[in-house]
Amino acid sequence: MATPARELPFRDETFRDDFTFKNSPQTVLRAPFPFDKDSYMYAVNMELHKDGRAGTAFEEPIDVDEHYVSEMRDRALVLDEDPLRCQSLPHMTLAGWDTLELLMSCKAASYPEWFSLERDGDRWHWINRPLGIDDTFTFGDETTLPYGPLEYITRQAQGDFCVLDERAGNLWMDAGIVTTQADWSLDFDIGMNFFEWHAPVPLAHERGVFTRALKYLLSVQQANPARRLNWTMTVNPRLDTSPENYHKWGPENTHITPENVADKLFLRIELQSFWRLPRSNALLFPIRCYFLSMRDLTTVPKWATRMHRVLKTLPPEIASYKGLDHYREIAIDYLAAFDDGQETTAGPFPD
Amino acid sequence: MSARGRLHGAIDVVVTEVVELNSLIKRFHFARPDGKPLPAFSGGAHIIIQMQDGDTLRGSPYSLSSSPLDTRDYQVSIRRDDQGRGGSLYLHREVKPGMKMSITHPSNMFALDKRASRHLMLAGGIGITPFMSQTAQLAQMPGVHAELHYGMRSRELGVYLEELASRLGSRFHVYADEDNEQIDYDRLLSSQPAGTHLYVCGPSPMIDLVLRKSAEHGWPDNHVHYEHFAKASSGEPFNVELRASGKTIEVGAEQSMLEAIEAAGVDAPYLCRGGACGQCETRVLSVDGELLHEDHWLEDDEKASGEKIMPCVSRCRGTVVLDR
Repeated sequence: MATPARELPFRDETFRDDFTFKNSPQTVLRAPFPFDKDSYMYAVNMELHKDGRAGTAFEEPIDVDEHYVSEMRDRALVLDEDPLRCQSLPHMTLAGWDTLELLMSCKAASYPEWFSLERDGDRWHWINRPLGIDDTFTFGDETTLPYGPLEYITRQAQGDFCVLDERAGNLWMDAGIVTTQADWSLDFDIGMNFFEWHAPVPLAHERGVFTRALKYLLSVQQANPARRLNWTMTVNPRLDTSPENYHKWGPENTHITPENVADKLFLRIELQSFWRLPRSNALLFPIRCYFLSMRDLTTVPKWATRMHRVLKTLPPEIASYKGLDHYREIAIDYLAAFDDGQETTAGPFPD
Repeated sequence: MSARGRLHGAIDVVVTEVVELNSLIKRFHFARPDGKPLPAFSGGAHIIIQMQDGDTLRGSPYSLSSSPLDTRDYQVSIRRDDQGRGGSLYLHREVKPGMKMSITHPSNMFALDKRASRHLMLAGGIGITPFMSQTAQLAQMPGVHAELHYGMRSRELGVYLEELASRLGSRFHVYADEDNEQIDYDRLLSSQPAGTHLYVCGPSPMIDLVLRKSAEHGWPDNHVHYEHFAKASSGEPFNVELRASGKTIEVGAEQSMLEAIEAAGVDAPYLCRGGACGQCETRVLSVDGELLHEDHWLEDDEKASGEKIMPCVSRCRGTVVLDR
């Protein structure tokens, strides 16, 4: 008797319209919770992206989770409506191939049951079982792929990807794919340098955060990727909160009520990592989005307590920049019931 | 090198070949022991080679002179420096095929600007090495114009002349001092179409001259690229107090301050080990004596302030207290 094929553990869900996205309890526990203490301020919170803790989103260099297949379906919908979400200036094609190699080799090494890469010189054979892809192509020859190398592989990888060229002691956003972003636009930022695209962020410039962060990023070396976490909040589990589609999601910011806050308001976590690409000397900057509903947070007592305290003490400029003003008080009131006033343990991980 | 005496992210390699290119320059080939390809890299990149020279552990940067398109091995071409601290002497005298060594992953502070359609390259002496990998990379970019002018003491001391001639054809020009041939910088720098990028690698006086002349001819800074590794100089021994680590160490005559810090088991940041990248910049808390700045990173006023030092290449006369 034939053994039945192992079922792929990917959820069938949506990030728009009926919003059927949901985390399983294990996925909540492995989330990269962004607060290591009970308050928040901008900082150069970079660390090496290696030796990941088992059972967390840091375990593998490129994380694949239960939302993979549905997230890729959502990305394809965004690209159908707006092809400018993926752009690559002409000098960035080599960096696209570097990206393709990095993502394919990481995924094949971390998840051999889902992905496989065989190389015979420039002839590469790539299998992506969850998405039903089985392609043979010539590395370096764009005509052998259905899309450019960056778009081809990032249609198969969760999270947004910015590809930064390094020139004149600065980083330039010269390529990327951006469909799961917290209210910023690749089409607007393309060609900008590090200081230009960060210009709207309040408080951090005065603190010298960006000067130090750039210095750190320029020193990121091959085989030594770095990471940091960032966060905001989003009404409904909508991946594409883009300026281009503001008319679709902006009004939802006023829809949070004490009755729906638990399931309709989400902590939106960005796991940002930084990789030196070998052939192009560019820097790859993946921004991976994780959602935790307020109810998800309450399943981890430490996280609910900490989220309550962070929201309560957040500087008003940061709250406004992140767009939390409409619902911050409602979230604080909801989470207050889960804060027992006791001291929390150090670090971000559940007790 | 960390406390364990290993370079960060080191790759174990074996020396597969040593080729004497002329009386001063040898080429060393490094490959993985299992024969698998080494990591890809970009034109202009360098590696740091770790050397256990008697009791001294050295780490010196050398440009890769092989093609980025073929990483079955890495090749570096090293000029013997009889006045130097000993890194090149060690490589020339001690390193033989079959030896096991450690190198870092490649990193690049002399990358091509891939937007440019014209690249003007000026090499002096052993400064030819990064252009070997750059021209190999450019050869794969159709429609891009690359032109290389290579100055040397004598044709006997030039390297890769045939290879470069076949790669670049009439866009390769050789100038030998002994034949009274000189690169005509004024003519070259005043006759380039707008948008050309300029690259220079060679001895300090050459780099300084080209930077001055390119400024005179109105080149924008971001179109002028240069690579200048300062040599970690040898000199009198001196003392360093590492305040944050609670250690006091002596830097030997043939050792760099960074190497002495590492040998004491203190993990210090670095990237180029040549005074160019800024990564090892360290705060000076006090100095009893004189700081001897040898780097190309700190501005003149920063050097004069005595508040910062680059321990990969700079030294001190007397005793210095560092925030490390």
